[in-house]
Amino acid sequence: MHLVYPAVLAALLFCTGLYGVLARRNAILVLMSVELMLNAVNLNLVAFDVWLRDKLHAGQALTLFVIAIAAAEIGIGLAIVLLVYRARGTADVDRLRDLREDAPAEAREDAPVEAEKKAEAAA
Amino acid sequence: MTTTTAAVLVPLLPFLGAVATLLTGRRAPGFVRPLAVLPTLAAAALAVLVACRQGGGQPLDAARRLTPTGSVPIDLALHLDGFAVLVAVLVTVVASCVQLYSTAYLREDPRYPSYAALVSLFTAAMLLVVYSGDLMVLLVGWEVMGVCSYFLVGHYWETEAARSASLKAFLVTKLGDVPFLFGLFLLASDAGTFRITGVLHTVATGSLSHPTLTALLLLAGVAGKSAQFPLHTWLPDAMAGPTPVSALIHAATMVAAGVYFTARLLPVFTASTAALLVLAVMAAVTMLGSALAALAQDDIKRVLAYSTVGQLGYMTGALAVGDRGAAVFHLLTHGAFKALLFLGAGVVIHAAGTNSLAAMARMRGLARRVPDACWTMTVALLALAAIPPFSGFFSKEAVLGAAEHAARGEAPGIPGAAGWTVLLAGLVTALLTAAYCARLWLMCFCGKDPDAAQHGRESAAMTGVLWVLLIPTIALGLAAWQLPDWFDGRSLAPTLPTSLLSTGCALAGGLVVYGAWRRTQALAARVPLGAVAADPEAAPAVSEEEAIATHLAAYGSIAGAQDPADPGRLLLGPLHRHAATGFHLDALYAALFVRPVGAAARLVRFLDREVVETYVRGAGTAPGWLGAAVRRAQTGNVQTYLSVLFAGSVVLAVAAVLVASGA
Repeated sequence: MHLVYPAVLAALLFCTGLYGVLARRNAILVLMSVELMLNAVNLNLVAFDVWLRDKLHAGQALTLFVIAIAAAEIGIGLAIVLLVYRARGTADVDRLRDLREDAPAEAREDAPVEAEKKAEAAA
Repeated sequence: MTTTTAAVLVPLLPFLGAVATLLTGRRAPGFVRPLAVLPTLAAAALAVLVACRQGGGQPLDAARRLTPTGSVPIDLALHLDGFAVLVAVLVTVVASCVQLYSTAYLREDPRYPSYAALVSLFTAAMLLVVYSGDLMVLLVGWEVMGVCSYFLVGHYWETEAARSASLKAFLVTKLGDVPFLFGLFLLASDAGTFRITGVLHTVATGSLSHPTLTALLLLAGVAGKSAQFPLHTWLPDAMAGPTPVSALIHAATMVAAGVYFTARLLPVFTASTAALLVLAVMAAVTMLGSALAALAQDDIKRVLAYSTVGQLGYMTGALAVGDRGAAVFHLLTHGAFKALLFLGAGVVIHAAGTNSLAAMARMRGLARRVPDACWTMTVALLALAAIPPFSGFFSKEAVLGAAEHAARGEAPGIPGAAGWTVLLAGLVTALLTAAYCARLWLMCFCGKDPDAAQHGRESAAMTGVLWVLLIPTIALGLAAWQLPDWFDGRSLAPTLPTSLLSTGCALAGGLVVYGAWRRTQALAARVPLGAVAADPEAAPAVSEEEAIATHLAAYGSIAGAQDPADPGRLLLGPLHRHAATGFHLDALYAALFVRPVGAAARLVRFLDREVVETYVRGAGTAPGWLGAAVRRAQTGNVQTYLSVLFAGSVVLAVAAVLVASGA
């Protein structure tokens, strides 16, 4: 099989993922888009590993690493989303804007409140 | 113990005493008095021992290389000749007397430990100047004295007068010290050494490159330290310090240093005729001006201060005619009787509760209340007025004899004009000196009117010291026949013509003041005056501090008083007003230097506040605005951040590709 098929597929997958990360509003869908991007990279790694006929199969080994790390990441990510949802009643990324820069006076008043919110979120 | 070891110990002991006092003064107040008095007494004993061993013979030189500097080395050197050992004896004896006196005078002063330590340090610094054979080491002592005088004059720093006087003393002497330092560098660069012997050898071979410039630069430092016109203005104001400090500064240390330094390096000055003429004119102006000013002062200590300036004028006059023996002889006798006068004045101020002569002239029985001070001060004033047979007569005769010698052109290398200047000024000053001595004595001890507030008895330490100092005041004149062996060998004995002339002048001055005083007596009763600080229980220093603080308020001036009964006012006539303020020299300096400097300071403040700080504030404000602009990008939306990040990385990637492809 020619290298161009997996490469194009990976590029399409990555672009889809990128679009999802930048444009989706639901935090879970953002996480899923991240997974799409990771897997696009995995596909590339495996394809090039075969293409280059690497004796050590570094690409395949790296893919296993990425899969393991992605599993851990998605676990933590989902946990955070769950907690944010419990605390705020929403998982809409557009509405999670506590870190925005307000007018100076408001920001100073909000600061302790935000700290409390974060403490709650962590709990 | 070798003579060198003893000589090293002489400055070292007061220094160690000062260090020990500063370290333990707060925790062990019981040790302060012994630590103040004993090292100074021991130094006095050792100084006498060194003087006996040296005996006016060949100069004793000992040196140890302190630091190789790469160019002109600095040595820890001793140079003991007749001048050094005798002046050291004077310094240690007067310092011991002052320390003993201070134990009683400042007995309840909370700052006594630091005071005693500073007096010891002052003494040590002066002894370093006296014994040092290296100009750089001498300069160390010279500058330490400047700092000590600043602290000691400002001892009563609660009063405004003392604060400004201490600053003035420091700044004016420093003004002279800067040219002095350059003069030392010039000397050293010509001689290739800082050792006094090496410098004198260079001068003797005539290889000084700029003798006049060097001498004039050194002269500035000498004028500052020895309170010569035009840098004498700090000395009368320095009276704001405690009386023992005044005695120390005026008799033994500080002001003596300048004269002593000039005496040591006299060949440098005689190498230049111009420098000698400047020195002579400086001495003449100082003598006459200070004597006139002394006649108009109301504060007893300021009278004595101006008299010190005048007597130092005699010493520089003697140096101007090239006779350092006469100068140091007058330094020795003056040290004895001026210390006595100041310490006596301290007793009188305590007994009278005021430092104002106008107030004392209205007190009956002051002489009976402090008989010790009265008798000893009478003798000391006679010595100051150069009445035979007291010590001042012989030393002043030596100065005038030397001036006459030079005036007749018998001194080689000395311009006759310098001789005439010093001789004429000296004779007129002899008259004026006797006049202000008589005025001080009459106003102080012959008061009329009501009895003064009764103060406690003066302590034995204070009066005893006066009697000790009376011995040299009376007898030191006889040394005129012994001292030539210690000095250059020139005769110091009085000659008949100058003796008759100056004694005649002195008697005339005294009689004129007496006559004027008899006439003004009638006026005294009509104008009551007096602000008396009566603290019979407190230490004497308390009375003095209050007297200094209240003089301005009571009499309208720190120096003069509006007293029609003052014989000085009658004699000086319209000149009195100007003489009381020291001929407006302070006002002149204020207009010439203080105000321009103040204006420059205001300009600098304006430039700093309005110009420099604008840049600084701008440097702070610009990043602030930049930060505000950047803050607007902080929307809180993670996806916006990521989009920007992505766009940025795409731009970077495109740029990298373009660069890599060489486009």
